[in-house]
Amino acid sequence: MNATESDILVEVNDLKMHFPVLRGLLKRQVASVQAVDGVSFKIRRGETLGLVGESGCGKTTTGRCVLRLYDPTSGQIVFDGHDITHLKKQQIRPIRREISLIFQDPFSSLDPRQTAGQIVGEPMKIHKLTQNDSEYQDTLAELFKTVGLDPAMLDRVPHEFSGGQRQRIGIARALASQPSLIVCDEPISALDVSIQAQIINLLQELQEGNEGLTYLFIAHDLSVVRHISDRVAVMYLGRIVELTEAVNLFDNPKHPYTRALLSAVPIADPVFEESREWIPLEGEVPSPLNPPSGCTFHPRCQFVMEKCKKISPVLKETEPGHEVACHLVK
Amino acid sequence: MSVLMEVKNLKTYFNTEAGLVKAVDGVSYHINENETIGIVGESGCGKSVTQLSTIQLIATPPGRIVEGGVFFEGRDILKLEKNGQEMRSIRGGKISVIFQEPMTSLNPVMTIGRQLTEAIELHLKMTKEDAKKRAIELLDLVGIPSAKQRLSDFPHQFSGGMRQRVMIALGLSCNPRIIIADEPTTALDVTTQAQLLKLMQDVVREFKASLVIVTHNLGVVARYVERIYVMYAGRIIESGSCKDIFAHPRHPYTMGLLRAVPRLNEPKGKKLVPIVGLPPNLLNMPDTCAFLPRCPYAVEKCRQIPWPELRTLENGVHQTACHLDF
Amino acid sequence: MDKAIPLENKTEFDESVPRVSSLKRFRRVLLSRKLVVFGLIIIVTSIIAAVFSPLLAPYDPYAFSLKDKFLSPSLSHPLGTDALGRDVLSRLIYGTRTSLIVGIGVVGIASLVGMSLGLVAAYFGGKVYTMIMRFIDTLMTLPMLMLALAIASLLGGGLRNVVVALSIAMIPAYARMMCGQALSVKENDYVRAAEAEGASNIRIMAQHIAPNCFPPLIVMMTMQLGHAILSEAALSFLGIGVAPPAAAWGAMVNDGYKYLHTTPYLSFFPGIAIMLLVFAFNMVGDGLRDALDPRLRGTL
Repeated sequence: MNATESDILVEVNDLKMHFPVLRGLLKRQVASVQAVDGVSFKIRRGETLGLVGESGCGKTTTGRCVLRLYDPTSGQIVFDGHDITHLKKQQIRPIRREISLIFQDPFSSLDPRQTAGQIVGEPMKIHKLTQNDSEYQDTLAELFKTVGLDPAMLDRVPHEFSGGQRQRIGIARALASQPSLIVCDEPISALDVSIQAQIINLLQELQEGNEGLTYLFIAHDLSVVRHISDRVAVMYLGRIVELTEAVNLFDNPKHPYTRALLSAVPIADPVFEESREWIPLEGEVPSPLNPPSGCTFHPRCQFVMEKCKKISPVLKETEPGHEVACHLVK
Repeated sequence: MSVLMEVKNLKTYFNTEAGLVKAVDGVSYHINENETIGIVGESGCGKSVTQLSTIQLIATPPGRIVEGGVFFEGRDILKLEKNGQEMRSIRGGKISVIFQEPMTSLNPVMTIGRQLTEAIELHLKMTKEDAKKRAIELLDLVGIPSAKQRLSDFPHQFSGGMRQRVMIALGLSCNPRIIIADEPTTALDVTTQAQLLKLMQDVVREFKASLVIVTHNLGVVARYVERIYVMYAGRIIESGSCKDIFAHPRHPYTMGLLRAVPRLNEPKGKKLVPIVGLPPNLLNMPDTCAFLPRCPYAVEKCRQIPWPELRTLENGVHQTACHLDF
Repeated sequence: MDKAIPLENKTEFDESVPRVSSLKRFRRVLLSRKLVVFGLIIIVTSIIAAVFSPLLAPYDPYAFSLKDKFLSPSLSHPLGTDALGRDVLSRLIYGTRTSLIVGIGVVGIASLVGMSLGLVAAYFGGKVYTMIMRFIDTLMTLPMLMLALAIASLLGGGLRNVVVALSIAMIPAYARMMCGQALSVKENDYVRAAEAEGASNIRIMAQHIAPNCFPPLIVMMTMQLGHAILSEAALSFLGIGVAPPAAAWGAMVNDGYKYLHTTPYLSFFPGIAIMLLVFAFNMVGDGLRDALDPRLRGTL
């Protein structure tokens, strides 16, 4: 737990991303969607941090802020010791080489007019990573083999591949610039069950074979996130409500939302299911346009107190390596 | 427990530009009264087509029900005329379907109230007044707050979860005997999914109806259903009680599926065992077992014999379409 | 760098769908329709006629001889002669040049300018979008023919000014179409991927957005070729197009119009020529639309 400075690859401090809602002819700002509202976490070198939550909780927005695809409203993003929060487009290019992205949709994430080889090779061209053409071709073939694709398929267009293979191409592209951080945004949720495990294993094997490769793994599927992550952050309405070692997530959840979320996930084990405690969660996630006061979870929380409606709880370490944002947890 | 509906040797083929696709190729199963069954499989395995075929909701062409029978209330409802009076009174009346995407299954320009009362008036021959009362009862039942006011709302004024509740109300509106839920919660968040499946389980009990859950999610099956049919490449390859199948799967595909998904309650650090290869292309299917190219247990015999029929195992209920014993 | 992961690629790759090269498929779909082939033949013939006019024309299109005026079609003058005794066939052949230069010139300039404006507007959005699109909207409110008339009367007639006039008139259509396409293509994850890779704005626009916007625009360009030719004919017919005595089909229709009762073929032949060429471009445009659909690439 005593991570020294150099062990930390990414540090996000009080990140806020509010999207303005514009109305009328003059495009006046009438409100703002508080997609991410004060998120802080650290990712250590070589680890996988899982970011989990329901749709609209801000997990994807957080990922895109780390990638600097968005300009955060406030807060700070430190990557490898450099504050990248306000870097201009030109200044950020060297950082782009270091952080790549894997998408959810294996169809819209690959340019249909490029061949698989061109897609994977583009980051190398942009950052001029190879000296000559033969080195370029060799590296391409090597990347294809790394993700379990036949280099003979370099000149095929994305449309000729299956969903799982397309996701492999996406992974190869993410690896091409030899990044130290890969943001995986729901990388398996569009795939068939039998293919999901192939991709999960591939991601794990890549990390094993590549010292220091770090993942920010964003997904809504708790079982998958727990499986692949070292630590997991649970998000609700733009905030992290709990951040813990993945091992503890299921055995020792502290936040009422985490517990409800866990109990909502059906487990492929009927015997275990019979004995499980079921914590019903009433109602729906409120709109991030107008989040509830105090703790944003209070309208749905079964342990709600007066305090919860007024004061927003901060994320604090309750046990070593276990952070919770709840007034109940001391 | 008596059998409510029995499907026998159902075959549905599609004529596509590329050739004949045997989407459903000899599927037999039954639903008992007051029972929840699960039809499990990956996309393209024919699970949805099977369900749509039983109530003749297959677009013809390109689809065609080639063979088989669906026995419901003492007769073969596949013999009824597709859009005849009798079939229509069964479809949406005694057998109702809840689809995956609630946005496209509701008419966007009609109020929720009108869509509900229309079905009730049509199938139950109620007056407008009675139908409206019934509609309010139903919306209450599925947990839509201030149901009376919301009758005049349009579908887009509801959230995804609420729309799916309306769909459930619509499915219940004509006192169905069977509710077919085709991936009912796939597009929804886990907490909403849990709320809705629980709701379905409760209302089905209250209505003394049977529920068919069609899904790819093994967890959903494990939590909510009593019996399971596992489909692969247009056929049922394993069936049995939920507990039997999860405790002791007897077909390599089911075994593979169970090993391929991570579980929340398993020790951390366990490696997943993926199923190699791709799901089969339903064009030009060989006569041999469709799982053969991906099967880790394949022996020489598998290549020589045609795809094995389902055989019943020692406990009399569990069936598998594999000649090997595990 | 990384260790390779052994995976049976053969079983994973679906070989049962035969792989067809995209070019082959493009050709097959395009040529499977008789009308498209017919259109292509007309277009190729026109291009040959335009390029080799001096070789193909039996007479000098500008040489008039008053004693030969109003000759009926015969062996020496297959399509007859006009009021000044010029050979109609030769003028028709030379007129192909005018039509194609106008068509290609107008569509070339209009699409280049229009598509660039649309692409930039869509990619940068915000103020850039508002400024460009308001400008385009203003252009659009002017009726095309009126605009052309105004420009032609301001700058005078002549081939060059006709091209300029029609180009300006056609810019909005390209800008709007490109902008609409680019706005939707821009939302694809592969554009975000390129951004995350650190690709420059120009690279993203040129490599990823523009090529994926093209198919409907290519179809539109083909059809607009016909449209431009028709507009040039209309301008020439109105007398503000290509200056006489240059051969232009529209002007020829206009010339013959005065003698419609006595020698109708003077208007008839150039009229047919205009119709055929416009029709050809429309048919080929239709064929291209089907052949370019990328979603079918690789199968079928």
